[in-house]
Amino acid sequence: MRHFLDFEKPIAELEGKIEELRHLSDDGDLNIADEVSKLQAKVERQLRQTYAKLSSWQKVQVARHPERPHFTDYVKALIEDFTPMAGDRTYAEDAAIIGGLGRFRGYSVVILGHEKGADTDTRLKHNFGMARPEGYRKAKRLMEVADRFGLPIITLIDTSGAYPGVGAEERGQAEAIARSIDTCLSVRVPLITVIIGEGGSGGAIAIAVGSEVFMLEHSVYSVISPEGCGSILWRDGEHAQDAAEALRLTSQDLHGLGFVDDVIAEPLGGAHRAHDVTTHRVGDRVEKALRELVNIDGGVLRARRREKYLAMGANGIG
Amino acid sequence: MSWLTNFVRPKIRALVGKTDVPDNLWQKCPACDQMLFHRELENNLFVCNHCNHHLRLPALKRLEHLFDDGYYTRIELPEVEIDPLKFRDRKRYVDHLKDAQAKSQQDEAVTVAHGKLGGHDAVIAAFDFSFMGGSMGVAAGQAMIAAARLAKLQEAPLIAVPSSGGARMQEGMFSLVQMPRTILAVDEVREAGLPYVVVLADPTTGGTLASFAMLGDIHIAEPNATIGFTGARVIERTIGEALPEGFQRSEYLLDHGMVDMVVNRHELRGTLIRIIDMLMRRAPSAEVVPLNSGDIEIPTPKTAELEKETEAAVDLAADD
Ligand SMILES: [Zn+2]
Repeated sequence: MRHFLDFEKPIAELEGKIEELRHLSDDGDLNIADEVSKLQAKVERQLRQTYAKLSSWQKVQVARHPERPHFTDYVKALIEDFTPMAGDRTYAEDAAIIGGLGRFRGYSVVILGHEKGADTDTRLKHNFGMARPEGYRKAKRLMEVADRFGLPIITLIDTSGAYPGVGAEERGQAEAIARSIDTCLSVRVPLITVIIGEGGSGGAIAIAVGSEVFMLEHSVYSVISPEGCGSILWRDGEHAQDAAEALRLTSQDLHGLGFVDDVIAEPLGGAHRAHDVTTHRVGDRVEKALRELVNIDGGVLRARRREKYLAMGANGIG
Repeated sequence: MSWLTNFVRPKIRALVGKTDVPDNLWQKCPACDQMLFHRELENNLFVCNHCNHHLRLPALKRLEHLFDDGYYTRIELPEVEIDPLKFRDRKRYVDHLKDAQAKSQQDEAVTVAHGKLGGHDAVIAAFDFSFMGGSMGVAAGQAMIAAARLAKLQEAPLIAVPSSGGARMQEGMFSLVQMPRTILAVDEVREAGLPYVVVLADPTTGGTLASFAMLGDIHIAEPNATIGFTGARVIERTIGEALPEGFQRSEYLLDHGMVDMVVNRHELRGTLIRIIDMLMRRAPSAEVVPLNSGDIEIPTPKTAELEKETEAAVDLAADD
């Protein structure tokens, strides 16, 4: 069963009808086949209309869609010989951020990112993509390995935020995030970041300070969740939608403001409707960026990345 | 470096004098409920003389207290476009800002100044919590970058005194990118081989803590300050149980290895001078109060806890 978002109700109904008709048409009834294709055209029209004018809050829902392709889907689709690397060499392995070595379209790379999980078991295993300090320390370690061997780094961002836990605080969540950001800024290799779903605050930017930062069309990236912002600034839980608008967290907003270098179009009806199309579009965009960046001297790459962030938002214009 | 040539605006205590007499001559200590007379409180560096609770220190008081003889020069900070998102919640963000400016008579949350500290040149960037919770937006980021560059120019140590709830969410992504930007700022100081000391004042949380504030050569915390990444209430709601005693307080962070020392405000200046003397490899300045060996206090970690940690199977979920 497909998971439908609230605003997809009309589409859900149409698709439900199509399903019913298909069950009836086992004997190849031409009238029914005709009706199905009419309904399908209608679904397509509805999807096009709905997804062309999603509100910021609706985009938050799409970005969090449980069937959206996650880190593991990208690795399966884009990376050969994926060789996971585990552990922060200090305390533990944190599966909220996974990563390792792999081959991406002819390049040896280090790829890492948040994994939210796709069902109850994997969600628990990956802690819903909410990393503890160990996750960020592992990210730092992997980026340093990439730096030492001159391998480009690809980071995929998909987290509601760093894990709010006692142990996480005791073991230095803030320090781990700060060091991870510092590492992103320091490596002398290409670092390409794609926000594939939810870019939640410090837990996201910890591994998102890229030479190039791309966003999927319906992904979001924000300093605070709209729910958190709504409850703090409006002092009640009813203003998440207003906060989502005010925060300017969509890919279109952030591209316009200069925080994001490009927006990667999603298939009709969102990434969750066509994993293959999505992962390959992301692959193509990353490959294009990589081809440009691999020829640049490491010191220059590092200096440019630092300049980019120093200039970013320096006078209010991104 | 235009901002460096036109900033000089000496602010000398003697000229300014006591600026404002607070409307409220008496203030209740938030820790022990004793009534504190404002002049006494000021003379005691905003430390309760009944229970040693460290109240929040306004940034200018902080500078006055830390620099030699209370003399310092504030630098004019670069102008930033305010309200880049035209943000409004129940009120417009620009109005929030205007209120904060009127109330505090300051342009923004961070003040940067240079002066002498034990005879050494030093640069201090001090946050004022009373200005919109000391939150970090474009202005704070620019202030940290200006402070770092000034430290480099003067070959002086940089001392950051955060007192900040975290990112200025009304600036959206503009505030989030201040995390990498302030990290770049302190990187410049470190790369220049200059000391970078962080004095964690109450409170230092969120994106402020997870950026420049956790990357010091030395971390000093004021007693009982709240220091953490995620707010305690959010954690409590997530895990559904009571938090350990002293959680996210300075002394707790000392126990867990996140700060070097917890220092009383009265000893802060002396401690900073001593550290800077040694890091800059200079002979002790006249200002240094030598430590008697009897004064040396090695913090005792709660060893029982350390053992509990090692014995526990490394199950991250169980740990939280
Ligand atoms: Zn008291």
